[in-house]
Amino acid sequence: MKLDSKIPSGPLAEKWDKHRFEMKLVNPANKRKYSAIVVGSGLAGASAAASMAELGYNVSCFCFQDSPRRAHSIGAQGGINAAKNYQNDGDSVYRLFFDTIKGGDFRSREANTYRLAQVSVDIIDQCAAQGVPFAREYGGTLANRSFGGALVSRTFYARGQTGQQLLLGAYSALSRQIAAGKVKMFPRTEMLDLVLIDGHAKGIVVRDLVTGKISSHAADAVVLATGGYGRVFDLSTMGLGCNVTAVYKAYKKGALFANPCYTQIHPTCIPHTGEYQSKLTLMSESLRNDGRIWVPKNKDDKRPPNEIPEEERDYYLERKYPSYGNLAPRDISSRSAKEVCDEGRGVGKSGYSVYLDFADAINRLGKEVIEQRYGNLFDMYHLITDEDPYQVPMRIYPATHYTMGGLWVDYNLESNIPGLFVIGEANFSDHGANRLGASALMQGLADGYFILPYTIGDYFGRVGAQNVSSDREEFHQVEEAVTAQTKKLLSINGKRTVDSFHKALGEIMWEYVGMARNETGLKKALEMIPALREEFWRDVRVLGESNEMNNPLEKAGRVADFLEFAELFAVDALHREESCGAHFREEYQTKEGEAVRNDKKFAYVAAWEYKGIGNKPELHKEELEFESVELATRSYK
Amino acid sequence: MNLTLRVWRQKNAQDKGRMEKYEAHDISPDMSFLEMLDVVNEDLIKKGIDPIHFDHDCREGICGACSLVIDGIPHGKEHATTTCELRMRHFKDGDTITVEPFRAKAFPVIKDLMVDRSALDRIIQAGGFVSVNTGGAPDANAIPIFKDDAETAMDAAACIGCGACVAACKNASAMLFVSAKVGHLVNLPQGKVEARERVGKMVAQMDAEGFGNCSNYLECEAVCPKEISVKFISKMNRERMKAAVKM
Repeated sequence: MKLDSKIPSGPLAEKWDKHRFEMKLVNPANKRKYSAIVVGSGLAGASAAASMAELGYNVSCFCFQDSPRRAHSIGAQGGINAAKNYQNDGDSVYRLFFDTIKGGDFRSREANTYRLAQVSVDIIDQCAAQGVPFAREYGGTLANRSFGGALVSRTFYARGQTGQQLLLGAYSALSRQIAAGKVKMFPRTEMLDLVLIDGHAKGIVVRDLVTGKISSHAADAVVLATGGYGRVFDLSTMGLGCNVTAVYKAYKKGALFANPCYTQIHPTCIPHTGEYQSKLTLMSESLRNDGRIWVPKNKDDKRPPNEIPEEERDYYLERKYPSYGNLAPRDISSRSAKEVCDEGRGVGKSGYSVYLDFADAINRLGKEVIEQRYGNLFDMYHLITDEDPYQVPMRIYPATHYTMGGLWVDYNLESNIPGLFVIGEANFSDHGANRLGASALMQGLADGYFILPYTIGDYFGRVGAQNVSSDREEFHQVEEAVTAQTKKLLSINGKRTVDSFHKALGEIMWEYVGMARNETGLKKALEMIPALREEFWRDVRVLGESNEMNNPLEKAGRVADFLEFAELFAVDALHREESCGAHFREEYQTKEGEAVRNDKKFAYVAAWEYKGIGNKPELHKEELEFESVELATRSYK
Repeated sequence: MNLTLRVWRQKNAQDKGRMEKYEAHDISPDMSFLEMLDVVNEDLIKKGIDPIHFDHDCREGICGACSLVIDGIPHGKEHATTTCELRMRHFKDGDTITVEPFRAKAFPVIKDLMVDRSALDRIIQAGGFVSVNTGGAPDANAIPIFKDDAETAMDAAACIGCGACVAACKNASAMLFVSAKVGHLVNLPQGKVEARERVGKMVAQMDAEGFGNCSNYLECEAVCPKEISVKFISKMNRERMKAAVKM
């Protein structure tokens, strides 16, 4: 299979303009003849559904939550990047592009990343026009803060709830189109498979989570905006419903899965406390603007933090990376935390956490300023841990967060299956091997508001309206397969709960496919995952019926997909014999423990093709060509 | 610690429903309320009993999916806390805890503790937006916004749409929810343009959905996990007056 990324020719800065001119347009009067399915209602899904409906297309939007407003984009705290240069501190489209490519450790596509930086400025305008209550200065202009991996202040924010406010903005635009009858919304409805007709994506099969009814929906194109797969680790910062099912089912239908091993471990989360734990709570990276990260210099120092004198503290990020300090990128910060804990210098009961200390900032700026900047985060921390971060340093530890990998897409955000578009976190396109903070919100909205509505029109213009009926044989076949899987899950009646399998999978992934990986561990994981999967299909217990609201049944379907997907994840991690961004292979590091990339062998996107359960997927390579940026070793020193 | 739970069980919307008693063993004070329910559910599944159904997702107090009336109070008795953030350290060994769904005519029960809150979505669809299409927005700094106004708008916009305000109200009124959206948008120049029309449409939809009227009990503010102030209800009433006078 030849992967054609369809990157337009010409200078980097002119590609998107040129492409927009070359793409086919659909006559405004004809737009209502086309229909699109959007799966997911987060930043990418809601903004895409609303924008397409505004253009005149007929949109159906599906989400498993009870309301589109609850998609997990809502959890994002810190902010959204844009190259506005409102601070006059030397920012530009090119700098945002460069920071993103460098932050991604030179494993993303130049053209996509540049376009992302270009449209970032429009996003802020759009959101302000919708009434997103961004933070403001006294003069009434927008305020900015800094984020990891950047030396400029380009992050816009709405207290510690930026994701919530941007999502509610997109949700309001979506709501307006629902009221106008241009979007038909299907909440509490889960996509269980993709339907292809003559090789094109023309519909989906879904389960109504309230009645259990399986049904088919046809359209001229399908857009997946179903988020990331971090829950393959079980414990993560993701919402508990987040899953890989939609994209994994598309993968099984022939869509290529790109770079699944690029998974970000976020450095600032509330540490794990016990077996029962269902999720890890993120503390926004913006805290690193004012918080200083440290551990005791000596091993097993059990004194309370306030009794450890200054000279016996190791501010290890400031020591190792003097120019970026506490704002070093996420992958580096996470690994450094693991290192000091592995050395026995970690703090807290488990020894697996580090301090994030605001004492200096409170002395310098006063409690009030800190409260204004981070009040809700401090409150959340206090609620969960019963410790007051105004008095004692926070304790943090890395946790699985964002997944840079996803379905492979070309410049048009179209997968290798014609008519199947993938946007937001669900695709692989813009962040390479590591995403910078405050860039996920930017990408979700860039894809949904400003890229997909154009590129999907080009597809419609090329293939024409098809008026596919969901009564066709292809839909019936998929419905039967979906129904059969549901029946099977309910009939096993074994001994172990779905959650116990999910936990066991998470433990394998964290131990062997987590923050630092090696060949031996990955091979071990590749033996353990299929064994666990086999046990699942033999011994899982799912109670209840298929024709009712049945949570464990929903979860069982998702965990079944995670149990297959985990293997693909480990295969990718094993094949990539280099360390880059969030993918750290212990065999490939310098004496100081810095990652060693291998650009000669691995400067490509690894796109995997499904070859059957338990069979090795086939690797397809998209070589990354850098015309504008020189590949260099990342340095944040 | 060990606890006794009295939980509302209802198979579906047609079922009458009843309270059931369950034991919760070895509960850690660091657990969240929902993690405690997870533990109980694992136990129920092992015994062959259908687990307790409840809505939840983010488990960090922002998505608004979790609900539950705990010992008579939506989201439990801790101030400014969603059920998913509520920790078991606020309970004592041997406690009996009563867990019920949010109750309101406009929130029919789907199963057990899960209710249908789509009426809130329909209120937003009636007018909880600025009518601006994608593209063509002016530069974000073109319209300066007084910092205090932006902060007030944000105070209101912090609403997570959980519906606790409705569940706490004797009249099952959604006034706090509606006023939070009205208050968010009317404090910003972008939202002022449609202010008059918006408030009328949203209130009309609220009435059509079967929510009750506001009679100033202020229970809504007391239970709101995001501390949305009732001053937004007064503000909304002023907006309605203004709309009536100018029409």
